[in-house]
Amino acid sequence: MKQLLILSGKGGTGKTTLASAIIRLSEAKACADCDVDAPNLHLVMDYKGETERKDYYGLPKAFIDAGLCTHCGSCLEICRFEAVISGKKMHIDPRACEGCGLCERICPVGAIEMHPSVAGELRLLSDPEKGIFSTAQLKMGNGTTGLLVTEVKKQMIKASDNASLAVIDGSPGIGCPVIASITGVDMILIVTEPSLSGISDMDRILDTARRLGSDITVCVNKADTNQKMTEQIRDRCLQMDVPYTGEIPFDPEAVRIVNKGLTLADEKCPAGDAIRSVFENVMNIMNRR
Amino acid sequence: MRDVITERTKMKIAVLSGKGGTGKTMLSVNLAAVATPSTYVDCDVEEPNGYLFFKPEDVRPEIVSVLVPSADPNICNGCKECVRFCKFHALAHSGEHLIVFEDVCHSCGGCSLICPLNAITEHPRTVGVVESGRSGEVTIHTGRMNVGEAAGLPIIRKLMKKISESGQERIFIDCPPGSSCTVMESIRDAEFCVLVSEPTIFGTHNLEMIVELVRTFDKPFGVILNKRLDGEKDPSEEYCHRNCLPILGKIPFDHELGILNSEGKIASRENGRFFQMFKDIYDHITECVSI
Repeated sequence: MKQLLILSGKGGTGKTTLASAIIRLSEAKACADCDVDAPNLHLVMDYKGETERKDYYGLPKAFIDAGLCTHCGSCLEICRFEAVISGKKMHIDPRACEGCGLCERICPVGAIEMHPSVAGELRLLSDPEKGIFSTAQLKMGNGTTGLLVTEVKKQMIKASDNASLAVIDGSPGIGCPVIASITGVDMILIVTEPSLSGISDMDRILDTARRLGSDITVCVNKADTNQKMTEQIRDRCLQMDVPYTGEIPFDPEAVRIVNKGLTLADEKCPAGDAIRSVFENVMNIMNRR
Repeated sequence: MRDVITERTKMKIAVLSGKGGTGKTMLSVNLAAVATPSTYVDCDVEEPNGYLFFKPEDVRPEIVSVLVPSADPNICNGCKECVRFCKFHALAHSGEHLIVFEDVCHSCGGCSLICPLNAITEHPRTVGVVESGRSGEVTIHTGRMNVGEAAGLPIIRKLMKKISESGQERIFIDCPPGSSCTVMESIRDAEFCVLVSEPTIFGTHNLEMIVELVRTFDKPFGVILNKRLDGEKDPSEEYCHRNCLPILGKIPFDHELGILNSEGKIASRENGRFFQMFKDIYDHITECVSI
């Protein structure tokens, strides 16, 4: 199975809009939403059939047994995450605890134990016609996004043995969840926008992806909103020898279609036509490799 | 009343959105530009953009580093106590020496503390930088994570420390997208949160998520409805009405604003119309904070 990942660096350039349209156009039998702390792909995918839900456990977190605690303060002193809250009763702030287990280890009276902690929920949808859709939702304010992203991809791969293509919607940024989403994919499609911010963020995600040795192509969304910047992006790709796979125009119709819970491949519109051409270019490059 | 508020001591306002690209940076940059003297803090350390608008002068960089362990091979006897202890799988023993996977280390300091032979010491490893500069009457702090790093949290912590030391001004915190630990850290000390949304079901869904986040932390908040299209329904506005959430202002989709923004220009400094628009939003925020 070949895996195509959509990334952007900058948020809001159109990853989910593009990914959802490509999933429809390619009829990919496997897809995933790796933007686990702000997932949106499910809003336009409309998968019918079974949904398998599973709690996702991050690292166990510390818990102080107030009955045993002698208030000696050892844990307070060694915790580097400011997770130990002292007061009438010493307790752990589970949002700050990163689960290193040092407090449990050094507590002289054995008052601290590590307890399992649910950090999110994994969802696996199986539509008899469309195929597999893997997604997740991280619990508010949690920090193990990279591990959850890896789980989302793992359950997609495990469930889709006969799919030839998987399309994966990524998250913005260049950190932990993005690095986890890049591992093992065959091609990254970066969608950027013609602005100073879009270019700066594209440079950083390109750098990140290249360090990991990935194959990359670039396309520009809302390309006509600043033609000068779009040309700059095109030139930059040429200089860096990154294949440039096309331009998608700003299209007010796109907002209306997405707000109906549809993808841009479901209704005729200028942005949808442009995405079709980007998709064909990307597939040509991917199939040559 | 307004004068009293202006003379109030420090006020930290966090701008967040859940979804990326709804206009966090555009809003926080322009709010800082109309609320002078002020401070702008870029906590989107993976992809910082505010500095592209302010083009700050007199920039002073400060390196941000975390502590990572290493073992003295002359002392280490290969007992692997540290390898068994490390929950992050950052340590392994080759049979001859200790291997440290620095990029997964959480810097808890546990290994060096529990090593029976005291063979492990910690040393700093650079993960990013905080750059501080000025643009007119605005102080700018930019956090930037090094490419290839996984975690921006130490850089955000450094930024928070910086603003806790700064003087009596309005401080605008430009948060990262999402709803994970980095956002939580960015809003931790804020007195007020401004949530920016756009008129798409994606924007609305992520708005719902961060409303939950700011409520968990008991932060007072209000919503800015951005990129409004004439005559179109705004699902985010409908969500606000249904749930009686305070709307701080509405920003129309505006071609001129879009162009200025895409070229890294500060709209409120370029055009009186935009100055007034952001000033009105800022005044509305200060009214909400004073209540």
